Amino acid sequence: MILIAVISLGAIGVIAAVLLYAASKKFEVYEDPRIAQVQDVLPAANCGGCGFPGCAGFAAACVKADSLDGLLCPVGGSAVMGQVASILGLEASAADPMVAVVRCNGTCQARPRTNQYDGVKSCAIASSLYGGETGCSFGCLGHGDCEVACPFDAIHVNPETGLPEVIEEKCTACGACVKACPKMIIELRKKGPKSRRIFVSCINKDKGGVAKKACANACIGCGKCFKECAFEAITIVNNLAYIDYTKCRLCRKCVAVCPTGAIHELNFPPRKEAAPKPEGAPKAAPAAKAAAEKPVAKPAAEAKQEAQPAAAPKVKAAPAPETKSVAEVKTEAQTAPAAKPEVQTVPAAEVKPEAEAAPTTETKPAAATEEKTNTEETNQK
Amino acid sequence: MLRTFRIGGIHPPENKLSAGKKITALAAPKQVMIPLSQHIGAPAQAIVKKGDVVKAGTLIAKAGGFVSANIHASVSGTVNKIDNILDASGYKRPAIFIDVAGDEWEESIDRSETLIKACTLTSKEIVDKIAAAGIVGLGGATFPTQVKLSPPPGSKAEVVIINAVECEPYLTSDHELMLEKGEEILVGVTLLMKAVNVTKAVIGIENNKPDAIKHLQTLAAGYAGIEIMPLKVQYPQGGEKQLIDAVIRQQVKSGALPISAGAVVQNVGTAFAVYEAVQKNKPLFERVVTVTGKAVASPSNFKVRVGTPIQQLIDAAGGLPENTGKIIGGGPMMGKALVSAEVPVTKGSSGVLLLTREESVRKPSHDCIRCAKCVHVCPMGLNPAYLMKYTAYQEWDAAEANWIQDCIECGSCSYTCPANRPLLDQIRLGKGKVMGIIRARKS
Repeated sequence: MILIAVISLGAIGVIAAVLLYAASKKFEVYEDPRIAQVQDVLPAANCGGCGFPGCAGFAAACVKADSLDGLLCPVGGSAVMGQVASILGLEASAADPMVAVVRCNGTCQARPRTNQYDGVKSCAIASSLYGGETGCSFGCLGHGDCEVACPFDAIHVNPETGLPEVIEEKCTACGACVKACPKMIIELRKKGPKSRRIFVSCINKDKGGVAKKACANACIGCGKCFKECAFEAITIVNNLAYIDYTKCRLCRKCVAVCPTGAIHELNFPPRKEAAPKPEGAPKAAPAAKAAAEKPVAKPAAEAKQEAQPAAAPKVKAAPAPETKSVAEVKTEAQTAPAAKPEVQTVPAAEVKPEAEAAPTTETKPAAATEEKTNTEETNQK
Repeated sequence: MLRTFRIGGIHPPENKLSAGKKITALAAPKQVMIPLSQHIGAPAQAIVKKGDVVKAGTLIAKAGGFVSANIHASVSGTVNKIDNILDASGYKRPAIFIDVAGDEWEESIDRSETLIKACTLTSKEIVDKIAAAGIVGLGGATFPTQVKLSPPPGSKAEVVIINAVECEPYLTSDHELMLEKGEEILVGVTLLMKAVNVTKAVIGIENNKPDAIKHLQTLAAGYAGIEIMPLKVQYPQGGEKQLIDAVIRQQVKSGALPISAGAVVQNVGTAFAVYEAVQKNKPLFERVVTVTGKAVASPSNFKVRVGTPIQQLIDAAGGLPENTGKIIGGGPMMGKALVSAEVPVTKGSSGVLLLTREESVRKPSHDCIRCAKCVHVCPMGLNPAYLMKYTAYQEWDAAEANWIQDCIECGSCSYTCPANRPLLDQIRLGKGKVMGIIRARKS
């Protein structure tokens, strides 16, 4: 009995093995072994920044391609692409490392609220319904879709300014935030030598007066930077300046002339004493004064503005624009009759009553509800 | 047993505070801002420039495409500028500013109150006149009326359905219009019937307006082919597909036009505008707007010139109440909160609703408990809970396979959700994405 069972089961096993072997040969799908090799050197982040569905898709595309032109793993950069090239025996295309920059500097102080949104905390939904909570319908909504989209934890909304800030060391320029932002504020720009960059941190296309009224830090399209630029890197279209990073030579002259501080410089060493005069000197006094009134600002950073920037690479706003923005808020406060000097202490809550007094009636007039609903919003989140 | 649509629906508190308030004409403001895009479709092209003198009824912007509408000056005066203004959602759109001087109307407009019944025009001439007058659907969707009245080749209209249900809570502008301009509306309906060559029209009215039903029934005896049908109160009965189902018991297929069921649906306000345009040569430049809210001193129905800032309406109704939380343009279900009271009245503004702070606050949202209430109330027979999920997870294929593009954005699901989930907010986003994908695939 046992013998029959062993023989029959053994026979079935042998037959099945033969069938399976034949089937595996017959239906074998040939896969280039290099795909697996390439995939091994890729970062396995599956972020999609290369434009392919995950690292496997990118690896297959690399193996298939005749040259690596146009194929770039933004996460791994040239190091990884070099490895890929050596596996495939191809030339790696040289690519400038990129980084995400946020082109909005409408902080809570610079951009007074005109209404309040209490819907779902999502930029995509908010922008499908409204232009935003401020007079600027181009600016950052601050609900953090970019933060959610980032697979590398490299972008975070700063609760103080209400704007996202990029952590450059973590940013791989995968472009997830660029796709997630419904306002198209985030742009991938060349990282630049020593991570030094100059860009217009605003995308407001309104006329100067309108833009300025909505946001003290807005680009007003005045054209000063355009005239100043010796390299034709700056164009002004629809009342908005744009710096072409392929042409920019990082001379920083545009930063100095910008009247609203919309042009930002990042990671530059402090200016020499002689250079900063045009933009540094006139603003030093009001800036220091403003800094004293403003509890959130670090007085040291404000007063000794020239010394600070290089030390803190994460700070989005370079010192010159920041002081300017404060100065702008101040001048606005002087022109608007109802505004009080305390406007700067608690920006959102204080700006409200002033706006309420003005004839433009608010959707959400009082500061009290605002605080209340704010907590509710957090709850929802 | 009164009819209503057969799938889903809710019955929110009616709160028709301004019912029975006579329509009062509001004086023209000092300056009007007339947006160039007051309708679905391409924005109109301005044909006036700064300094031009216009009269009420002068054409100031021409339709910018097939699905578009003419725009006329609502006041007499001088064109101040053409500039961007905030629209209801806070985005800037171009508008024509007119400084008001006097109140002169175009000579061709018949300003008398006499009723003109007879009309010798052909259907083509009627449609052309409607197009020239810039009439759009006044129920809120603002779809250009002449497009609706030109059925695509191969389809034949059998019945004109007049939407007089006014299913949105609070709003009473159509109700008052029916009571005061009943005869004119019925003549307008006759014109619409002639325009699409049908002999039958049904006016659907929810039975929370018994006076309007009675009034129109008495008058309708003098007009051939017009039937007044009382309907059970149910939101969103004013939805085109819901009304067709309620009135002629036919369901319009997904993606199909109402004409596939042989129906042409028009709002009762549109019927009145058609009467004025065809019989009185008056283009559409004023409309009835309800200003209401629980804290409003005197909820009212105003006849307002297009371009009047909403603020003026609020002032006329007793001013902005102390504890206003939101100003809603439209009704509470489908209306949108306005970002500023300076936005102008447009052709599609049916109401201004001032919500108190307590009413306007959104309650915190919780996890879905799978109670299926949203499925139960969805008038399109969709599964809102899943559609929301598909959107949140960006599964556009699944969303499309579950008919997200059929959503009429009535908000019944969000209204009924016991966990206060923002169903419609998400679905609207997903619908937009899926529509974009479908369009991209077709082209």
